[in-house]
Amino acid sequence: MRAFVAFFKKEIYESLRSGKLLILLCLFVAFGVMNPAIAKLTPYLFRMLSEELAESGMVITEVTVDALTSWTQFFKNIPMALIAFVLLYSGIFTGEYAAETLVLMLTKGLARYKVVLAKSLLLFMLWSAGYWLCFGVTYGYNAYYWDNGTVSGLVPASVNWWLFGVLVLSLTVLFSTLLRHYGGVLLLTGGSVFIMYLLGLVPKLEAYMPTSLMNSAELLVGAATWGDFAESLAVTAVCCTVCWLISVPIFNRKQL
Amino acid sequence: MDVLTIRGLSKRFGDKQVLDGLDLTVPEHSIFGFVGQNGAGKTTTMKSVLGLLRPDGGRIEVAGQAVTYGETPTNRCVGYLPDVPAFYPFLTAREYLRLCGESLGMQSGEIRERSDRLLSLVGLADETHRIKGYSRGMKQRLGIAQALLGRPKLLLCDEPTSALDPIGRKEILDILLSVRDETTVVFSTHILTDVERICTEVAFLHGGRIALQGAVETLMQREGVERFTVQTADGGGARQLQQAFADARLVGQDTVSLAGDEDRMLAVLTYMRQHGLPIRRAERSQASLEALFMEVVKE
Repeated sequence: MRAFVAFFKKEIYESLRSGKLLILLCLFVAFGVMNPAIAKLTPYLFRMLSEELAESGMVITEVTVDALTSWTQFFKNIPMALIAFVLLYSGIFTGEYAAETLVLMLTKGLARYKVVLAKSLLLFMLWSAGYWLCFGVTYGYNAYYWDNGTVSGLVPASVNWWLFGVLVLSLTVLFSTLLRHYGGVLLLTGGSVFIMYLLGLVPKLEAYMPTSLMNSAELLVGAATWGDFAESLAVTAVCCTVCWLISVPIFNRKQL
Repeated sequence: MDVLTIRGLSKRFGDKQVLDGLDLTVPEHSIFGFVGQNGAGKTTTMKSVLGLLRPDGGRIEVAGQAVTYGETPTNRCVGYLPDVPAFYPFLTAREYLRLCGESLGMQSGEIRERSDRLLSLVGLADETHRIKGYSRGMKQRLGIAQALLGRPKLLLCDEPTSALDPIGRKEILDILLSVRDETTVVFSTHILTDVERICTEVAFLHGGRIALQGAVETLMQREGVERFTVQTADGGGARQLQQAFADARLVGQDTVSLAGDEDRMLAVLTYMRQHGLPIRRAERSQASLEALFMEVVKE
């Protein structure tokens, strides 16, 4: 346990001193502010454009924005935050392979599964903290300007997207134990999400694909219930567990 | 007692057989020089001892316990210094040693006490900067400190002096010499003067096997280690000497090199005098591991 805690502390120091933690903080706060800001600015933008559009025969009536507009923005923007997060941390293993910094740790008798565990836990914690921080900032602004109570299914939709992020990070960990270069890790992680998306186009498979969780904004307008996502939630949870369970033995046999 | 035993170790990379049935024993409290040319398989052997490489065959034991690939419990009694040690640049030396100590399962008080002692031993006690600003020599010295932290029975150093300037080399050799009482040091190198300076035992790795192993003192007294060269007037004289003395090697147009002590040298000079061969120069070379190594590699 002491060895694990020590290595986990090292991971935190690394994020802190390399400035990655600060970048993440800015990133998630910025995305959190952006959602209500875009919603708030929408009527002004339309008003500015209305004259031009009127000339071409389009008439804009009064545009109303509320908490729903802001939350819809949240689910449109969070994929970008996830991509930025993965780009920032795609080298969490491969960077150590290249620098050979793990060699001295492992020859000290540090169990290899603790390395996988510490790095996975860090990714999980940072993603969770960042995601819910972004959620909190948007929630706060929305409560100030409008009323969050008018939006239904907010919590289930947010949980769905958060879990999808956890899956993407689990895939990043798995491919990091298999490959030596972060480029490959990014390619395979992106590739697997794309394959899941393609499989989701088959109507019979759609409900089981983790990529269905990306449609969680449907919950906000009452177009779906949480129950509709039960299968994809279960498949995602199983995939996360499997990713982690096979990452450990792969890393145990990895030549460093 | 032997702290490291290797039997029949073999490893192939592609079509290159790097190790081919290597046998090696390292007695306790020795400073063991592991000598070989570049690419001879020194690092491959060390990485196999650490369980970082999967050998194709053979058995390795550290302090009587078998080494396994991947996770090996034997690493708890081995300290390792790679040729270019890689540390986390964002930590300070003390923070790095604490991380190492906690990974080894040491108690906080012990880590502090060992870190203080080792950092003064390697001359980094007053260093408060992060490792990213360290010179190569400083990293090498920190490397020794981290390797010795857990009081290992075996300290493996992979070419610890190769990349250093003369002062840095001397510092590292002095440190290795000073820790002989607490551990057994195995260091790989191709700098033979380093071996002559501090090693008690030496093994020459050639052709994937140990070509020669023994106590440095004994090997230095071996016949064939002492050599001398004689220079005569022309190539004809040199060839005549080659015919007269079977082991004479041509080392220049008019110069031959022979094995043997002072008496043999006098015998050769007498022959030259008797046969009217002019003696331009005659020189005894001091017994050296280098000469011995050249013999081994030549064979």
